[in-house]
Amino acid sequence: MEEHLLDIRHLQTVFHTRDGLIRAVDDVSLYVDPGEIVGVVGESGSGKSVTMMSILKLIPMPPGEILKGEAFFGGKDILQYNAKGSELRRVRGGGISMIFQEPMTSLNPVMTVGEQIQESVMLHLSMKKKEARERAIELLGMVGIPDSQSRVDYYPNQFSGGMRQRVMIAMAMSCNPRLLIADEATTALDVTTQEQILELLRDIVRKTHTALIIITHNLSIIARYADRIYVMYAGNIVERGTCRELFSDACHPYTMGLLRAIPRLDSDKANKLLAISGTPLNPAQKTGCCPFAPRCFYAKPQCREPKAPPVQEYSPTHSAACYFQRDELKAASMAREQKAGERTLSKEPLLEVRHLCKYFPVTQGITRRKVGDVKALDDVSFTIYRGETLGLVGESGCGKTTLAKTLLRLYDASSGEILFKGRDIAGLRENKVRDLRREVQFIFQDPFGSLDPRQSAGSVVGEAIRVHRLAASRAEYDRKVDELFEAVGLDPLLKTRAPHEFSGGQRQRLCIAGALASDPSFIICDEPISALDVSIQSQIINLLIDLQAKRGLTYLFIAHDLSVVRHVSDRILVMYLGKCVEISPWDELYHRPLHPYTQALLSAIPIPDPEAEARRSHTGITGEVPSLMNRPSGCVFHTRCPHATEKCRTQVPELRDCGNGHQAACHLV
Amino acid sequence: MGKRVKRFLAVLFGRKIVLISAIVILFFAFCAIASPLMAPCDPYEQDLSNRLAGASPEHWLGTDQLGRDLYSRIVYGTRVAFMVGILAVFIAAALGCAIGLVSGYFGGWVDNILMRIMEAQMAIPPLILAMALVAVFGRSIPMLIFVLGISAIPGFARMMRGQVLSIREMDYVAASRIRGNSNLATMVRHIFPNCLSPIIVIMTQSIGGSILAEAAMSFLGAGIVPPTASWGAMVNAGYSYIYDAPLFALAPGIAIILLVLAFNIFGDGLRDALDPRLRGTI
Repeated sequence: MEEHLLDIRHLQTVFHTRDGLIRAVDDVSLYVDPGEIVGVVGESGSGKSVTMMSILKLIPMPPGEILKGEAFFGGKDILQYNAKGSELRRVRGGGISMIFQEPMTSLNPVMTVGEQIQESVMLHLSMKKKEARERAIELLGMVGIPDSQSRVDYYPNQFSGGMRQRVMIAMAMSCNPRLLIADEATTALDVTTQEQILELLRDIVRKTHTALIIITHNLSIIARYADRIYVMYAGNIVERGTCRELFSDACHPYTMGLLRAIPRLDSDKANKLLAISGTPLNPAQKTGCCPFAPRCFYAKPQCREPKAPPVQEYSPTHSAACYFQRDELKAASMAREQKAGERTLSKEPLLEVRHLCKYFPVTQGITRRKVGDVKALDDVSFTIYRGETLGLVGESGCGKTTLAKTLLRLYDASSGEILFKGRDIAGLRENKVRDLRREVQFIFQDPFGSLDPRQSAGSVVGEAIRVHRLAASRAEYDRKVDELFEAVGLDPLLKTRAPHEFSGGQRQRLCIAGALASDPSFIICDEPISALDVSIQSQIINLLIDLQAKRGLTYLFIAHDLSVVRHVSDRILVMYLGKCVEISPWDELYHRPLHPYTQALLSAIPIPDPEAEARRSHTGITGEVPSLMNRPSGCVFHTRCPHATEKCRTQVPELRDCGNGHQAACHLV
Repeated sequence: MGKRVKRFLAVLFGRKIVLISAIVILFFAFCAIASPLMAPCDPYEQDLSNRLAGASPEHWLGTDQLGRDLYSRIVYGTRVAFMVGILAVFIAAALGCAIGLVSGYFGGWVDNILMRIMEAQMAIPPLILAMALVAVFGRSIPMLIFVLGISAIPGFARMMRGQVLSIREMDYVAASRIRGNSNLATMVRHIFPNCLSPIIVIMTQSIGGSILAEAAMSFLGAGIVPPTASWGAMVNAGYSYIYDAPLFALAPGIAIILLVLAFNIFGDGLRDALDPRLRGTI
């Protein structure tokens, strides 16, 4: 048998809890070869992180326990090492390094980044202080931090999020590890930064012949970067294969479901997303049968027998744990395509925003002297027509949520007009605002924070009915609440439950039902799916689209994910640093993006298909979104724009019409 | 819901000392409610021939300087301790929470004015303030309750304000306003219930403090008017006979310590059980 760099065999990790035994990792085998990029994909709770933590014994024991399995790293079974012993410490520091999700908390704020890198270099490579400093500078240069000679003495708070993640990578690479594990390392970052970090990781791996494991919930990222992929579900590996095999030829219903459940930049918008029904299996409820069977569209009685499904080998690298043969599944899945409901779009404006500005004052000292403004929204104008969905995209800090809250009058506009059904609501008095809120509703990003933990589900949904006195009697109120529960696909019997008894997807459904209660005509969705698991996202998107067709709703759909926005939107508005940079019908925008920022955003979105990926060109912008506190002069994008000219530095570009309802704010179009 | 309550009780009484303190509180509460049942003698009946007697089968803890049964007086003293302790805390919590809620929710100049007033009051030591108020308004149990209540307001107001400031930023508060709730409805229905757990903890612990304050005031002669049985007044009367009849001062003193300690420990246990970070664990 050939020797792999890391070879995990039949690993089984369990957690002993009061609710019983949780099989977090259940008989997982995987291997990594030197210089290889391996992706491990799965939803939250699928055991992907626990697998990696187990081999390094970084899980808390107890309650965790590694029941059985072997993990050969460089020919030695590292699971045999004592959790506190020096051998394992040597592996953790020098052999296997990890990068975590949160770049904000994984660096020590009171030490300079140089000291932090030097520390591990001195410990594991037994270098002298001076050598270690040289090494730190060299590493910072390698991860693309400009000016590393002086930056080495900076403290973490002097770096932006993306830069901190680069520092983390430098630290992880400091002792020449043979394996690097990136655990959701780019999830917290903006789309354009994410792309830069992943490119960097790939370059480093190529250069140093290090192996890389990317752990993520995002299949699309992996398509661009991974050589081989393992798909995990509820503690099991359900399918493994090379990147190409998996994306063109998925053989497990879960992988197939995931691939078809996520909207893609190049998919046919007329088709509905094929959502995976149900919610991810809680590993505490595993019975020994195929873990995916309860949610599987194709499941047969055999699948529910308490026996692990057989592993079908399709090629030396490709296998799936399923009773079905690949061809049977393919035939069955073809019959499931569904067309989305037709909608007719009117040209009657529902909401017109004109020259809207929102400034937050910056104050200093105890007298609260005003020293300046943060221009969260600067001269934003657009129109939303009745019955359409306007997508709003932009990276963090571009003013998406500020815009939404200003439209709802949770913030007061600094200047400008908001015309809703022809009436200016920007200056509306507080008691009139309550009537407005019957017609304009909001769906929050985080379904865990937007529900009052002390309210029952029924009263969350019925609150607007009660407040606006929309039901004449108790019976009518109950009937309306039941109808709303059914409209969002929840059982009305769950009315008396408290929010914490619902899963994330169900909670978001509750929020949607609550928003629908006052029968609004306009709903602002603020990243309604980004806090949810991948397989749940498509359920919510389908629900929103269905509700729109049934109730004639108008949406303002905010997201940072352009592929989701493309799927739901009729027109799309792109924002950058409080400015509207481009607004256009969706097909125009995707085929002919005019603003350099839109072009960069589009190219940063990976497509979950390695072949399509290979054909695309990457413009890749550099740098990160500047802080709102020091906005660039002239065109706000000129600091990152590859085509910037002198004019861009001094003159603010106006939003100009470019035909086909396409507007862009750029001097160069 | 049943599961949550069970978990709450399991965490609360997981520590033995909390269980013991709950039993102590319940025992004293029973003494207060059923004083005639628990006390063998009339606490006001004087027997001047039998002054400062030691423990005996008739007088379990002996008698005081007027020959009254000490044990019975301590039992009756729990009434005063509980009444003053609990009612004063309720007054303080009600007013303090209202001030904190308004101050935290509206912010701006409302907050500025209310908090400056609270700070002004905090600049005066609470016991001195209470004694000054008693000096002006006279000594009686209702006045004592009122005065001790007023002097504890700032603590509750500041606590509540801090809670509101963090809860106010939660999405569900914005959601409540978006659904059309008025400011008052949002405060009462969504903010107040979610601020309650720490307030309950502080209230429990304050009862101990309040009982102690009553005892201190009575000890200093600014509290309960004799002949009403009050632990503080009893300690005051007894400490001059500490060598002749040590139980006279010690017994009520131990009662004060026991009850105050029990309330504090129980409050501590409540905090652990109500802390959301500990929810779902033991």
